[in-house]
Formats: sequence, structure tokens, C-alpha cells
Amino acid sequence: MFPKGTKRKFSDSGDEPPAGSDDVNQPSSAAVRMLSSYSLQRQSLLDMSLIKLQLCHMLVEPNLCRSVLIANTVRQIQEEMTQDGTWQIMTQALSAANAAAQCSADRLVATEVLCRQTEAAQGEPAPKPFPAVGSEGCSAEEVVVVEEEDEGVEGGVIMSTVSPQAPTAYLPSTFGIDPCWEEETGEEEDEDEDSEECASGSEEGDNDRLVEDSRTAEQVFGTFEIKNPAPSPDPALEELFSDVDASYYDLDTVLTGMQSAPKMGPYDLLESLSSHGPSPLSSSTSCRSDLNELDHIMEIIVGS
Amino acid sequence: MLNPIQVLCSDITSLSLEPEPFASYTEADIISTVEFNHTGELLATGDKGGRVVIFQREPECKTEPFSQGEYNVYSTFQSHEPEFDYLKSLEIEEKINKIRWLPQQNAAHFLLSTNDKTIKLWKVSERDKRPEGYNLKDEEGRMKDLSTVTSLQVPVLKPMDLMVEVSPRRVFANAHTYHVNSISVNSDHETYMSADDLRINLWHLGITDRSFNIVDIKPVNMEDLTEVITAAEFHPHHCNLFVYSSSKGTLRLCDMRESALCDKHSKLFEEPEDPSNRSFFSEIISSVSDVKFSHSGRYLLTRDYLTAKVWDLNMENKPLEIYQVHDYLRSKLCSLYENDCIFDKFECAWNGSDSVIMTGAYNNFFRMFDRNTKRDVTLEASRESSKPRAVLKPRRVCQGGKRRKDDISVDSLDFTKKILHTAWHPTENIIAIAATNNLYIFQDKLNQEMHG
Repeated sequence: MFPKGTKRKFSDSGDEPPAGSDDVNQPSSAAVRMLSSYSLQRQSLLDMSLIKLQLCHMLVEPNLCRSVLIANTVRQIQEEMTQDGTWQIMTQALSAANAAAQCSADRLVATEVLCRQTEAAQGEPAPKPFPAVGSEGCSAEEVVVVEEEDEGVEGGVIMSTVSPQAPTAYLPSTFGIDPCWEEETGEEEDEDEDSEECASGSEEGDNDRLVEDSRTAEQVFGTFEIKNPAPSPDPALEELFSDVDASYYDLDTVLTGMQSAPKMGPYDLLESLSSHGPSPLSSSTSCRSDLNELDHIMEIIVGS
Repeated sequence: MLNPIQVLCSDITSLSLEPEPFASYTEADIISTVEFNHTGELLATGDKGGRVVIFQREPECKTEPFSQGEYNVYSTFQSHEPEFDYLKSLEIEEKINKIRWLPQQNAAHFLLSTNDKTIKLWKVSERDKRPEGYNLKDEEGRMKDLSTVTSLQVPVLKPMDLMVEVSPRRVFANAHTYHVNSISVNSDHETYMSADDLRINLWHLGITDRSFNIVDIKPVNMEDLTEVITAAEFHPHHCNLFVYSSSKGTLRLCDMRESALCDKHSKLFEEPEDPSNRSFFSEIISSVSDVKFSHSGRYLLTRDYLTAKVWDLNMENKPLEIYQVHDYLRSKLCSLYENDCIFDKFECAWNGSDSVIMTGAYNNFFRMFDRNTKRDVTLEASRESSKPRAVLKPRRVCQGGKRRKDDISVDSLDFTKKILHTAWHPTENIIAIAATNNLYIFQDKLNQEMHG
């Protein structure tokens, strides 16, 4: 069933039947268009949900009910996407894109609005804005606070709400960097430099919504509690959660991808979504986490 | 015999309105809860700024037997202040989430008010006499020169201008990690419960340093969290029974006699999902935003995003009645998800005889459903349509098709004007509607008593 009421931008592009097309081809192309329209709408819903769950510097504790409902919606979409194979396509596209050079331009969602500050600081090109989501993602509404450290920093809970380092360390240009964190950009830059040294692969800049998503449940709800250390990251999951390539939106890619066999089983994905939600990053995190930990502790002591 | 909703439609008059027209309001003025006391003489409102305003109904004028008493401001006080949680570095809002009156036991009135974390018991009392004729103090309170005191007198109580004093009698703090969404006074008049997103605590009104946890749905791993508590209420007559609703659309009736921790429900009320209507938003719109026992204690009224449902306590597998509040929004769920309106929590209310239910909607509309005749009406709470003594005109939302004069189309509804909080007088046809920062009180002019 199509979620109605979505913006028509996506449907519009796919809706015009080619003039003078075959009768034979027409029904199937219409069906294909419908399918792709549905999956585009579903994708935009997923992106919208992930933005809503994004963490930005905020003063008031987020609404847990809202966060739970959004997280459940995200889970539902991802389960469906796993079932029809779309999820595997995305991850394949990601790994392909990772091999290529700059994927930063191909991020999903209106990251431009969200990351303007950070990106300017880091000198990365601004990503294309995602029209369906627009600039509403980071409005004054309540947004869930990121829980920063999965690796079990005691002060993780506290720090996640105050320190902007968390999102940038993991997601340097995609998430929840509210303009009010501008003054701490310098710190973020240092953080990234350090992490770059530690980073083994190209993953440093590649964390994205999917990563965020797998950790979403934990981050969203973890803020409210002081947590135990998470288990060590699984390299397989890391591969799974590399960048999403915007070329996914290209109809051809989607259609082609649908016919190829999925590389990864569904269980990896579901597993990561459901329970542990460990950090998908590899050894790079351990370097960064130590530094983060130290900084956080210093912040507590200093009382900033 | 007049049908109550028919009478309400045609003869509802508005009696009192809040601030002057065009006065700009701050966010702190947004009303966040409305509650009549048990006799209906007092009406309390709480706002986002942590203030409580109590209205009192003026006694009816004896010369005009049909004129109803108006509600005037009785007392205003600051109940909660903004706080800062230093451990989590988060602000705690002072917004009053709920007010509940205690049944009156003496001349004073007591109410419970709560923000996200702390519940307070307030005593509201009147003082209309003061002692005069002290021996050692003069009228201004200054000490008298002892040489001028030649005789002994007994101070007497003299009438004075009525003064309403409000004082905090109890502060129930530090018992909730999550945001308190409901409080409910038990029928034993000694205990009450407070519910947050994951836990429900039972308090004794006299004891502030201890509470009992009676429901805990927090999972061991927070990542496994998929359901939260959205509302809770005690049964009006049975002090061992209470109900709580969840974000998945379920209601659980619990009996405190069964065990100390009522995680296991006595009854689970859940409507099976309609597979043909399934969408990504199905769960969100099934989340119950409010639950209210009927005055009789036999039925439950619940509100989810698009409907209001009446449940019979004896039937768990489906609701007794389902009322569509604004089904025309069903095709707009994605936009409403985008602008967060889909998370709005509407409250619902019973009338005194449990024959009519009421709930709010958008565009400052509110809806009433007569359970007996199955008739319903949409009314608007706005300045233009509610001049004092004006009769409210039924409104209609059209979705294409035939459009009558004065109909509103779905696309021109104002989603920023939402009526989340409504209350119905316990015995009479008087309703209080909170529309953002304004309070509207509507009365049934002709027909005071409940019928049916």
C-alpha cells in the first residue's frame, strides 16, 4: 500500500509515459514505474525518519514515545526492504561507490542543511540536498540526543548531549550538526584529524545514515541510561554500513540491482538492526574512542 | 425529552473567553491541561510556563433562574519552575502535563499537578476573616508601646476581602527517570499513581520519600525498546484496578491484588489489525494518546490519532464502538508525519452520564459523539464563532464532492490550531476547551441536566 500524501517530486519524474511506446512494453513499464515510485516513496520515508531521529545539540530531553515510534517505523521499512532485496542492492551500490573516489557528494537527505557548519569546517563539498525532506529535518522540534560512545564510556550519556564530537567523529558530515555547535568546530576538526590517522580504511568519511540507523535504537534510547560497553564491532557489519550512493536513485540502478543476487544474507542486517547495534566501525574507533573518552572526562571535570 | 447532543449543537453558548483579541501570546501561555474538580465548581488549567489558573463558577443568580453561573478566575499560581538535570545536562520543562483534583474532604481544595519529573500537591484555601484586636501588635503589625496597653482584650475575627491562598503541601520528586504523562487519584482517596514512559509508581498522598513501582516495561537492553506507556488511570470505583495504554495501541487492565508488580495484565484490550489498511504509519496512528474510564466504570474511552474508541471492560478482543474523528486525514499521513502532527496527543472526555464522548481535532475543531443516537457534531472554538452568548454553529469538513457553504476543505485546515485538551463538567452540560493559549467554556443554555 502506498503511503499517500508524499511529495510528488519523485513520482512526477517517473510518471510520464514515453511517447509512442509499445503496447507490449507499456503495462510492464507502468508497473515498474509504480514499483519504483513506491520504493522511492519508501526511501524518502526512511530518510525522513532517520533525520527525525538525528541527534543534535538540544537542551530538553527528547520525547521517548515519538522516538520509539519513529524507530519502529524505520525498522519496519528496513525489514521490508530486506525482504524484497532492495537493502542488498543499496549495500552493493555502497561498496561499489566506496571504491570510487568521493562519495560525500552523494549523500542522502538534506544533509546540506544539517551539516553546513561541519562541512565548511572540514572543507568537504556540500552534498546535494534531498528534495523530499527539504529543510524540515532539523527544525526546532525535539530530536533525539545521540549517545556517543558505544564502547562504554561511563560518561557517555552525559557527553552525548553536550559534546558535538560524537557525531562528527563517527559521521563527520552527515548528522545532526546544529548550527549552535558552531563554536566547537575547532574541536571537531582536531577530532577528525586524529581519527584519520587511526582510520584503516576509507570508512572515516563514509559513515552515514545506515550506520546511524543501526545504532539508532541504541543511541536513541541509550541516552536515558548509563550503558554498559557494547560488544566489539563486527567487520562484516562495517562493510554493510558503508556509504549510500545517491546513484541508487537512478531508476536503472535500482532495476538492475533487483535482478542480481544479493551478496549478503538478510540475517546480518536484521541482527544488526534488532539487538546489539554495535558500532560498525573498525579499529579506527578504538583510537578515537580513547581520545573522546579523555576529552569527555576533561569536560566533566572542567564543567563546561 | 431532548437529545443531549441535539441540544448541545443548537444551544451551546460561550461564556468566558481568555485574553483580549489580537493579544500576542508567548509559548508559556499555551494551555497544556484542563480539569474540572469533582463538583464542577472549580476548573483548573495548567500551561507550558508552569502556571496553574483556577476558575470558579459563580453561584447562579437567584433572580434569573435560567442564567448559569460564569467561570471567573479564582486563583493563579506558579506550580513548577524550569529545572536543570546536572547529571544528564538536560533541562526539565516546567510545563504542566496533568492536573488532577482530589475529592474534597474539608473546606480546602487539593489538587495534584505534575511536570515531566515532579508531582506536587497543592492546597487551595480561602481566607475571608482575619483576627483583629491584638494586645501587643497594632493594626499594622507593629509592636505596641507597652505603656499604652492598659487592658486585656481577646482578638476577634472580622470579615475581610476574600483571599485565596495556595500552598504546596507535598512534593513527590525523584521517582521518575522518564517523562510523567499521567497521574490518577485512586478511589480510596489515599493513594495515587504517576505514569511515565516506562514505569508506573504508586504513591501515598502523605508520603513523599517513597513510592512503589507497580508497572515496569523497561527492557534490559534499551535497544530492544519498542513500546512505551502513553496514559494510565485508576478505576473510578475499584481501588485495585487500573488501566494503562501503550504506543502500540493496546490497553492493559491490571489488578494490584494479583501481584506487587503488575507487569502481567489481567486483561489485554487490543483490536486486531486490519490488513487491508496496513501502512508504514499503522503503528503510529494506533498509538493511544489518552484513556478514560467512564463514570460508571464499565467502559473505557481511548483516543488514537484518527479515532476514538469505546471499550467494554468485559470484552477484550475488540472495541464496542469506533468513532472516526477525522478520517479525511488518512490519506495525508505522510505529510502529517513529516510535520510531526502525527505525534499529536489528543485527549478525550465523557459527559456526566456516559452518553456522549468528546475529543479535539485540528483547525480548532472539536467533535462530540452521541453513543445512543450515533449522531455526531463538529464545532469550532474560535473568537469569531464564539462571541459571548453566541450559539455555536456546527462545522463540516468536505473532502471534495458536494461542498456546502461554510464547509472547510481538508487542505485548508490549520494544523497549528489543535485542540488537544478538553474537559467535561462532571454533571452538567458544560465543557472546557483549550485552544492553544485560549480557554473556551461552552454551556448548554436550555438543558442543564443530563439525559439518556
